[in-house]
Amino acid sequence: MVTLLLTLPLIAGLAAFIIEDDALRRRLLLGASAGHSALTAALFLARIQPRSACISAPAGEWFGLDALGLIFLGITSVLFLGAAVYAVCYLELEKRNPGEEAEEGFIFNNAPEAVFTGCLLLFLAAMTAVTASRNLGILWASVEATTLLSAPLIYFHRHKRSLEATWKYLLICSVGIALALMGNLFLGAAGLKTGFGLNLDALLSGAQQLDKPLLKAAFLFLFVGYGTKMGLAPFHTWLPDAHSEAPSVVSALLSGALLNCAFLGILRAIQICSGAGLADFTGGILTLFGLLSLITSGLFILGQRDYKRLLAYSSIEHMGIMALGTGLGGGAVYGALLNAIGHSLSKAGLFFTSGLILAAYKTKRISEVKGLLGRAPRTAALWLTGFFLITGTPPSGIFLGKFLILKAAVASGKYLVTGVYLVFLGIVFAGLARIFIDMSFGVRDGAAPEEKPFVEPAGMIWPVCIFFACVLTLGFYVPAWLETLLNSAQALIRKGP
Amino acid sequence: MNTFAELIIVFIILLNLVLAVSGSLSVCIRLAAIQGVAAGLLPLMAVGGMRGRAMAFAGFIILLKGVVFPWLMFRAREKTGARRDVDPLIGYPASIMLCLGAFAASSWLGSRLPLPHSGVAFIIPASLATIFTGFLLITTRAKAITQVLGYLVIENGIYIFGLALFVEQPLMVELAILLDVFVAVFVMGIAIFQISREFDHIDTDQMAELTDWHRPEDAKW
Repeated sequence: MVTLLLTLPLIAGLAAFIIEDDALRRRLLLGASAGHSALTAALFLARIQPRSACISAPAGEWFGLDALGLIFLGITSVLFLGAAVYAVCYLELEKRNPGEEAEEGFIFNNAPEAVFTGCLLLFLAAMTAVTASRNLGILWASVEATTLLSAPLIYFHRHKRSLEATWKYLLICSVGIALALMGNLFLGAAGLKTGFGLNLDALLSGAQQLDKPLLKAAFLFLFVGYGTKMGLAPFHTWLPDAHSEAPSVVSALLSGALLNCAFLGILRAIQICSGAGLADFTGGILTLFGLLSLITSGLFILGQRDYKRLLAYSSIEHMGIMALGTGLGGGAVYGALLNAIGHSLSKAGLFFTSGLILAAYKTKRISEVKGLLGRAPRTAALWLTGFFLITGTPPSGIFLGKFLILKAAVASGKYLVTGVYLVFLGIVFAGLARIFIDMSFGVRDGAAPEEKPFVEPAGMIWPVCIFFACVLTLGFYVPAWLETLLNSAQALIRKGP
Repeated sequence: MNTFAELIIVFIILLNLVLAVSGSLSVCIRLAAIQGVAAGLLPLMAVGGMRGRAMAFAGFIILLKGVVFPWLMFRAREKTGARRDVDPLIGYPASIMLCLGAFAASSWLGSRLPLPHSGVAFIIPASLATIFTGFLLITTRAKAITQVLGYLVIENGIYIFGLALFVEQPLMVELAILLDVFVAVFVMGIAIFQISREFDHIDTDQMAELTDWHRPEDAKW
């Protein structure tokens, strides 16, 4: 089953490079992503039915899915299906109107659609491999593959700004991930006497016998390496550039799926460390860098002038919250995982919506987008809904996640952490509120040029609606199967209080 | 056999110093390639017994690092017309001082790390110093192509570090890592073509349009 899950997007991606017919290639994209989602759903079903638990139990030396991997696979698969529907409409739009650079107004070309679709599908295959790998070496190779395969996606619009973003992304992430390779080597050395190699199951079951100082070194390198890819401050510098210059559908995937995959790399390291009794060590580091990301994003959101960069900084904020929750341990880990699901769905929805705004206004400057509600009421409604969901206004699912983390922080008596957390959540809310409200209701100075109302294609609206509905539902009601899954994932990460 | 391995290690350390001071791009590409080949020879010396798999793998690494990568880099250099020097952002004396300092620090760190003892002296300091030299090339050289070179030097260092720790990864993992590095260099090479076409230069210090640190004169925002 897992093999099929890996090979389906791989073959479809390779096929997309050689198919010349646009319509056929787009159907392939839709079909492959639907197939991927169906297979993922089947894996979830196999897991839910208690008697068939043995089917989904991690098997095989290289690939297998545990609760943690399954959650992240589910997020990736659902997000990709939405993105595929959106991308088909988007490519149709791009074909009709040649690109005009949003900032400087020059005309540019797009990369060939075959390359775009092919890389998109291969990117899915690489992300699937990340979620399903049971060997840290394979995990590393898959994470590096996601970087290389998504670089051409960021450079879809061929102009200077996207090229600069692509170069920074390639170089910073490749070098960052090279450090994670050092971490893998340290981990291998830590288990040298016992001959564990990098097999996750062997490392987990024999974590007590690992050499502690080497394990600490391994964790630091893995944390910095995958943390670069995850966008934790101060290693986040590539993230706002790449997210703002990539096409919106790619930004959504980068933010919603790829950052989570990098987070999974860190979670695997934490699993091993807490097995070896180093939970306090990892917890301290995660809390520190989580708060640092929260603070950085809060400060940059306040003065932000580009709405796609704004969303990128909000992603850094949420990565910080997830790191913080994992660092605090206990019930906060559940909160962090819930936050991961909520963030992925709502941020992808917001990036999709930002693509619609970009299509309507042809600019990414916040100061030039005013009166969205009058110009494109449906987009504006989604934009505002997304704002309430992402900031964790009840009844958003993100509220539940953030609240659980707050509760754990207070319960563990870390009042300084709690204080900083609350203050910066407030700052982020205020910063986002000012910008989102201004964009939706504001009035443009001077005589506005004659604007015809903007009509959104249905395929670009529906994925957003469905994602937002899911996040809302999570706030009211976490289904029993998801609850079980989250609980077992939490148990995997940390034997909390 | 260890004397041979130690000679290679000394050679690799010296290559780091030469990389830090050499001003010609083509010399730098060759030096990185030679370093890769030297690193590829190491396992054959240290293991002693010549096993088939190790031989084949070392041959593959030498082919990749000694032939394929330099070829890709020279192609990128020619297509972009970047024939001049490496444009360091800091002076060569400063570069070599940093490199020497890094070696001193690596020696100290290598003696402190509780690593399994390998029979080859200085292999850990050499690997750490190589990684540092790679970072130095990435951060203090202006051209995009030298940044790729720095990435390759870091990879060399990590490879030596892995040898020093005796971490034997499964073949599938090793191959996946090599494939990734190969594709990385390939994709970066393509990106360099695009940069030279779009900007008419490949100086990354001039690529500074995307930032959140706005100057007062961009008040139009």
